[in-house]
Amino acid sequence: MALLDVTGLEVEFETPEGTVRAVSNLDFHLEEGETLAIVGESGAGKSQMMMAIMGLLAENGRARGSALYRGADLLGMTARELNAIRGNQIAMIFQDPMTSLNPYMTIEQQMTEVIMHHRKLKRDEARAQAVEMLRAVRIPDAEERIRQYPHEYSGGMRQRVMIAMGLLCEPELLIADEPSTALDVTVQAQITQLVRELREQAGMSIILITHDLAVVADIADRVMVMYAGEVVECGSAEDIFYNPQHPYTRGLLDSVPRLDRASDQDLHAIPGNPPNLLDLPVGCNFRDRCDEAREECREPPPVWRDETGRMSRCVLPMEGGKRVDPDGTGPESRATNSASRENRE
Amino acid sequence: MSKPVLRVQDLSVTFTSLAGSVFNRQERQIRAVDGINFELFAGETLGIVGESGCGKSTLARAILGLLPPNRGRVMWMGDNLTELDEEAMRQRRKELQIVFQDPVASLDPRMTAGDIISEPLWTFYPKMARLQVDERTRGMMKMVGLLPNQINRYPHEFSGGQCQRIGIARSLVLNPRLLICDEPVSALDVSIQAQIVNLLQDLQKKLGLALIFVAHDLSVVRHISDRVMVMYMGQAMEVSEKERLYRKPLHPYTNALMKSVPVPDPKLAAAARRENWLTGDMPSPYRRPKGCVFHDRCPFKVKRCEADVPPLRRMENGDRVACHRAEDLDLSVVEA
Ligand SMILES: Nc1ncnc2c1ncn2[C@@H]1O[C@H](COP(=O)(O)OP(=O)(O)OP(=O)(O)O)[C@@H](O)[C@H]1O
Ligand SMILES: Nc1ncnc2c1ncn2[C@@H]1O[C@H](COP(=O)(O)OP(=O)(O)OP(=O)(O)O)[C@@H](O)[C@H]1O
Ligand code: SF4
Ligand code: SF4
Ligand SMILES: [Mg+2]
Ligand SMILES: [Mg+2]
Repeated sequence: MALLDVTGLEVEFETPEGTVRAVSNLDFHLEEGETLAIVGESGAGKSQMMMAIMGLLAENGRARGSALYRGADLLGMTARELNAIRGNQIAMIFQDPMTSLNPYMTIEQQMTEVIMHHRKLKRDEARAQAVEMLRAVRIPDAEERIRQYPHEYSGGMRQRVMIAMGLLCEPELLIADEPSTALDVTVQAQITQLVRELREQAGMSIILITHDLAVVADIADRVMVMYAGEVVECGSAEDIFYNPQHPYTRGLLDSVPRLDRASDQDLHAIPGNPPNLLDLPVGCNFRDRCDEAREECREPPPVWRDETGRMSRCVLPMEGGKRVDPDGTGPESRATNSASRENRE
Repeated sequence: MSKPVLRVQDLSVTFTSLAGSVFNRQERQIRAVDGINFELFAGETLGIVGESGCGKSTLARAILGLLPPNRGRVMWMGDNLTELDEEAMRQRRKELQIVFQDPVASLDPRMTAGDIISEPLWTFYPKMARLQVDERTRGMMKMVGLLPNQINRYPHEFSGGQCQRIGIARSLVLNPRLLICDEPVSALDVSIQAQIVNLLQDLQKKLGLALIFVAHDLSVVRHISDRVMVMYMGQAMEVSEKERLYRKPLHPYTNALMKSVPVPDPKLAAAARRENWLTGDMPSPYRRPKGCVFHDRCPFKVKRCEADVPPLRRMENGDRVACHRAEDLDLSVVEA
């Protein structure tokens, strides 16, 4: 059984302008001990998908579908049940460090509180653990600097505090949302090494949301690519990097500036903008920006899969893949899918 | 040659905080920015790189007068910003803009995206017509890849990268003459990164914008910068013309930073992991090493590095470097 099995996940937000479809018809799973990276366009729904699974959507948000964690549906749980799982079994590192740290408490107060709460340790033991973890994420003078307030830390240091707090609870599953945006290459390398060690020692599973494809290449087993609320491609890290199938994935990889390549070409951006989530087009969401687009793309594109679990959502056939969804995942099939789930609840 | 628009002279910022044990409270000082000097011309981009905590954000804030420096001057078109009175500074502010590092936290959660972006317009041009403000705001949103129909949404209703773009739109709305971007594209996917970088370069050509671009991503910095300053423990290690810096760094620290850049390729990543160019940690800011601040991590260290501080000195080609051995080291990068 997969550790986490998400099917038919939909996330919508009600706004005065209408309904924002942030995540549509999303399926994925995570095996125990596995590291899954989620990449994709800014605004594609990566963070909100995780927020939905963890029961942390904003008030105007709504989730449908199911997210089985060791067989139990997280989406059907009460706030209390979710609280017990969050922090003990599942830890989350949020995208924005400053909004998840309390500006009026020292780093020490915040970290020891977490440890005392989750690990039932005494204060001085908790403090020692906190200092050790800060050292592990390379905060210089951790012993002394643990007394400081968040605003006295640099951006990258705050982010490392968030990582340290996530790791302190020794979770089975770590969900990290853009944990390395403020980290320089050296600290980043040290922290990925730390995470790799914890993964091996404790068998931790990881979902890593990131724009940093070098980090993905370094640590991910599998990669899931999202565009406008949908998974457009998923496969092993090597498949995605060396043999991308979906035009969006190719565009994304082509946009990466690299130091080991000649520099003075213009940075390559995929032309155009992502679709309006208030009014998604019928057919392929990537159509307006795709240089392979053709007439059939006005219909919802088919899904291709192979026996390794690789998938792509496009009219272009996937190498070695079978078309599993000949009629496409149209709005009709989506609707019945989520309606039946709602009835079950 | 024209005159520089910005001249930063010997700029230093020291923070004092309480440290020590509960029984033995001590005041500790961190020299976050320590004697920085550089010049910037209209239409030019200076990239600033360096490890986390080396003082990049502090330098950015001190240049714009958002933090009082302990020492030094910031000359902007002939005015010393550190000595301007409030009203004069207010007038200058319109030309000087910053994009803050922490995208979500730097936006006021009670204001809509439209209000955040247009606020500088209301502040500096209170008589501007509502319609005109609105049009300009929507135009800015489009430019950074946001949809104008999101104008009435609050920051928490945007994704991380969308918040970062709201910050960028706000900083550009007044057509500033100096823009300091502190990790402006860190929360963006590579395609939108490229879009923003290309946008900044266009504006630069059109408006002669002077740009300071702080980023940890050395490949983006390489792309956008004319010159690059490499910082370590609050000091400049090297300030070089971009292509020269990337082809043949002068300072061992620059070299180590560049060799540590990971590549987006699973097989190469595994190989790169085995080569560790930068061993050890950054020393404690409380106990700054004597001599060269980099000496305890430098593979090229000689006796004198432990005692003498290498000054930032100008080489024949105009690049500047703070290393005793700059002439006898050959740190050429072999292109893959
Ligand atoms: N409370 C909300 N109300 C309305 N729309 C929202 C709300 N929260 C998020 N959204 C929208 O949902 C979409 C998905 O957001 P999400 O934060 O998941 O993106 P993301 O993939 O994490 O992007 P990034 O890489 O920029 O962080 C975005 O277009 C965002 O504007
Ligand atoms: N308000 C403050 N009070 C005390 N110390 C501070 C304050 N602001 C920054 N510092 C310290 O000054 C040093 C430089 O911080 P700064 O934020 O400039 O680093 P940075 O180079 O921007 O790092 P990063 O890449 O992580 O953002 C750090 O050691 C930081 O902890
Ligand atoms: S379905 Fe058509 S438009 Fe969509 S990605 Fe494939 S080729 Fe491009
Ligand atoms: S001065 Fe000495 S220690 Fe410092 S960078 Fe140069 S060689 Fe290394
Ligand atoms: Mg996000
Ligand atoms: Mg910073």
